[in-house]
Amino acid sequence: MNHAFKRALQHPSFVAGSAVVLLLVISAVVSIFWSPYPVGDIDIPNKLAASSAQHWFGTDSLGRDIASLLLVGSQNSLLVGFIAVGIGLGAGVPLGLLASAKRGWVEEVVMRAADFTFAFPALLSAILLTSIYGPGLVVSITAIGIFNIPVFARITRGAANSVWTRDYTLAARAAGKSKWAITWEHVLPNIASVLIVQATVQFAIAILAEAALSYLGLGTQPPQPSWGRMLNEAQSQMFQAPMLAVYPGVAIALAVLGLNLMGDGLRDLLDPRLSRTR
Amino acid sequence: MTNSNATSHCEQPPLLAVQDLRVALQTAHGHVEALRGVSFVMQRGETLGLIGESGCGKSLTALAIMGLLPARAQVNGSVQLNGTELTHLNDAALCKVRGARMAMIFQEPMTALNPLHPIWKQIAEPLHLHQGMSLTAAKARALELLERVQLPRAKERLEAYPHQLSGGQRQRVMISIALACQPDLLIADEPTTALDVTVQKEVLSLIRQLVTEDGMGLLLISHDLGLMRDQVDRVMVMYGGTVVESASTPDLFQKRAHPYTQGLFAARPQLGLKRGTRLQTIPGNVPEIFNWPQGCAFADRCPHAEASCRMAVPLPEQIHAHPNSDSSSMQTHDHWVSCLKWQQLEASV
Amino acid sequence: MSSFVFQRLLSFFITLAVTSVVVFGVLEWLPGNAAQVILGETATPESLAAMEEKLGLNQPALSRYLQWTGGLLQGHSGMSISYDTPTADLMLERMHVTLPLAIMAMSFTVLIALSLGLYAASKQNSAADAGVMTLSQLGLALPNFWLAILLILLFAVHLQWVSAGGFPGWSEEDGGGIWTGVAALLLPAMALAAVQTAILTRVTRSAVIESMSEDYVRTARAKGLSKSQVLWGHVLRNAMIPVVTVMGLQFGNLITSAIVIENVFVLPGIGRLIFQAIANRDLIVVRDVVMLLSAMVILINFLIDLLYAWIDPRIKTVAAGS
Repeated sequence: MNHAFKRALQHPSFVAGSAVVLLLVISAVVSIFWSPYPVGDIDIPNKLAASSAQHWFGTDSLGRDIASLLLVGSQNSLLVGFIAVGIGLGAGVPLGLLASAKRGWVEEVVMRAADFTFAFPALLSAILLTSIYGPGLVVSITAIGIFNIPVFARITRGAANSVWTRDYTLAARAAGKSKWAITWEHVLPNIASVLIVQATVQFAIAILAEAALSYLGLGTQPPQPSWGRMLNEAQSQMFQAPMLAVYPGVAIALAVLGLNLMGDGLRDLLDPRLSRTR
Repeated sequence: MTNSNATSHCEQPPLLAVQDLRVALQTAHGHVEALRGVSFVMQRGETLGLIGESGCGKSLTALAIMGLLPARAQVNGSVQLNGTELTHLNDAALCKVRGARMAMIFQEPMTALNPLHPIWKQIAEPLHLHQGMSLTAAKARALELLERVQLPRAKERLEAYPHQLSGGQRQRVMISIALACQPDLLIADEPTTALDVTVQKEVLSLIRQLVTEDGMGLLLISHDLGLMRDQVDRVMVMYGGTVVESASTPDLFQKRAHPYTQGLFAARPQLGLKRGTRLQTIPGNVPEIFNWPQGCAFADRCPHAEASCRMAVPLPEQIHAHPNSDSSSMQTHDHWVSCLKWQQLEASV
Repeated sequence: MSSFVFQRLLSFFITLAVTSVVVFGVLEWLPGNAAQVILGETATPESLAAMEEKLGLNQPALSRYLQWTGGLLQGHSGMSISYDTPTADLMLERMHVTLPLAIMAMSFTVLIALSLGLYAASKQNSAADAGVMTLSQLGLALPNFWLAILLILLFAVHLQWVSAGGFPGWSEEDGGGIWTGVAALLLPAMALAAVQTAILTRVTRSAVIESMSEDYVRTARAKGLSKSQVLWGHVLRNAMIPVVTVMGLQFGNLITSAIVIENVFVLPGIGRLIFQAIANRDLIVVRDVVMLLSAMVILINFLIDLLYAWIDPRIKTVAAGS
């Protein structure tokens, strides 16, 4: 266990990525209790101020403190990531395991459904759903989460299939173990590393998707701060306060970069066979 | 010791003269000496077998001769083909030799052939490259070659893709590729290991037949003793990155001088043993290449090892020279062994 | 070969049909009926009735579905509620912007990604390779609409080389022209291409590296081929298989990203059309545009399948055997 930890600490991608992700999590947690200014504080006389000692990143068009908005906005991003990936794992993994264990028509149906969902542009469907059921955090998370299901179903099935052909699985079946027991005891632990890596990838994708939806006005609604929506608001102030369009984007990019690096590192550390050519 | 610089009475240089070939690699675990001094001589038309367990360096020897090792491998020593020093050639010059004057066939015919090209194209490639043949002429020649290697229904199969052929058929295609430009030297690295047992014999006899017909030299690499007996004139036994014994095939099968070779031969299952007889094994494991022991690599597993064995790697010594050999270089019928105690062991037999 | 094409063609039409059912179905299954969604909560009962009449909601769903698909096959499309023109006309007009945009973006992507990926693979583990990988990591992390905004900041606000948005039109009578049109699409195409380029570069690099370590490369070298001969004659074609697959998937991504990008640059393309239609609750337009976009994605996948089979002869035999 210690040895694994030491290896992890020596891997540059993993360390860098995890540091950023940790920063993100800490920001979100801290912002629940404290932020430099309350995000609801409107201060029109001070609007569009440049960075200063009082406002590290300046203020927006309503005089709100950018630093606080960024900090609280991290809650939004993390929430989206967790729930969307959670939906994907919660529904997609069982489906994939089922498809792999049963094979035959069950597998066909599940995979065809997954393939079919891939044919639908995900963002488009998310936009559609939010427009029908109203914009907001809940609908956009659900929409993004639904599109994680076929991703995880596919990956799970693929990885599970290769475990079913291994000798130790055959041995277990020859000994009379039921398929469910084998799935739980053998298949799941062996595909865990693939799933974990994919989860970090999907987390990053979820953050990007929610940012896009918020930019279009379909995601998190005011007064809850959202990095994507901040970019939309900043665009109309581009000539007066260009930096407003930079900070939220940096936050998003940093979060996604951190997750991607962490995922790459995990891929190397958890199963060197996965990362044959990087 | 072999001395390829000493000109023998025949004026023509030997087909292949390898002198103190060493290969070192930089790996994640550090500097590794994978090949620790291999020397031998092959004449035109001679068939030489290279035998040893996995990891002893036999494939590495073949790849080093062909110049197919990655750039980060350090190759030292001398490899002369028809008198030309190959280790001094740059890549462009080596490319002219490879496929034209020396050729190699590999163990896994499925992955060794490009799945996207029809087989005639893969045979035509060296012809076009080295002999400047047009594709139409090369296609016709490919057909001739396929018929020569006895590929059934060769004409229909010209346009076939590798995945449409069986393992044995693919290996025949590989042989035609190797023979296309009529090389002087053919290296076969475990050519039948991946094939069905029923097909192995056919493919091997085919190789042997073609080699004899064309007067090529054959370097056959294998881990299978039985193969060696029928297919090659001379056998070299490798262990721990060096050659530990070499002799003509009949000599070797009659008497072994090196304890490792003795162990190898004793380990073969034989018919007619009494029920309950245990199969013999060589105790211990092959040493890791990151960690060569001091001295003789076999010492830890050798029943006759003593302190002097662990001090330095034993040099090859000649057991007996064939009455007809006229120089001290390794001739076809000489028997050489790298063991300090071979005389004592011989005496005690 | 022809049985393979037939199979794929059949699959294409079936997918198209199922998609139309799903698109139709989703818009049927709304909270309230379509008329209520379109007119909103403030609608009077009379206007609701009129709208229901207009939409033909008194007819059963199946006949409306058949009318719709039948009309599509004959070349008639529905009438937009907000614009009161056939959706086909609307879509055609908007395609004049989106299609060139997509083509420009895809061209950038393919040109840059293939060359960078090949370059990085040939110099594996060198500083150049590390540079390419780092760059692609950054490219993956950038939200494309943020990159669009940054590009606008740099080229329009700061340098003032191009305008910050809008599209002048392709013909000079409208105040545009070929070159002004292309100039207007340049930044959007770059923003669209960035993420896709990052992805495709990585895929190309790993595909080439993997190809180079295959056994047949060693055989080719044993035949006497030089490194570059091996690269062009053996490695590239094999590496193209995963690359082409990804390129096909990317087209779908491109279409979706265009929705966002067209909004950033206020381009009168399909993406902006559907966005406005959703805002206006113009369900007819939404339905037809979603169908069009899905059909385009399905068509591209079909073409990629055919291309795939052309590159790799193993595909056809597998399909024929199954």
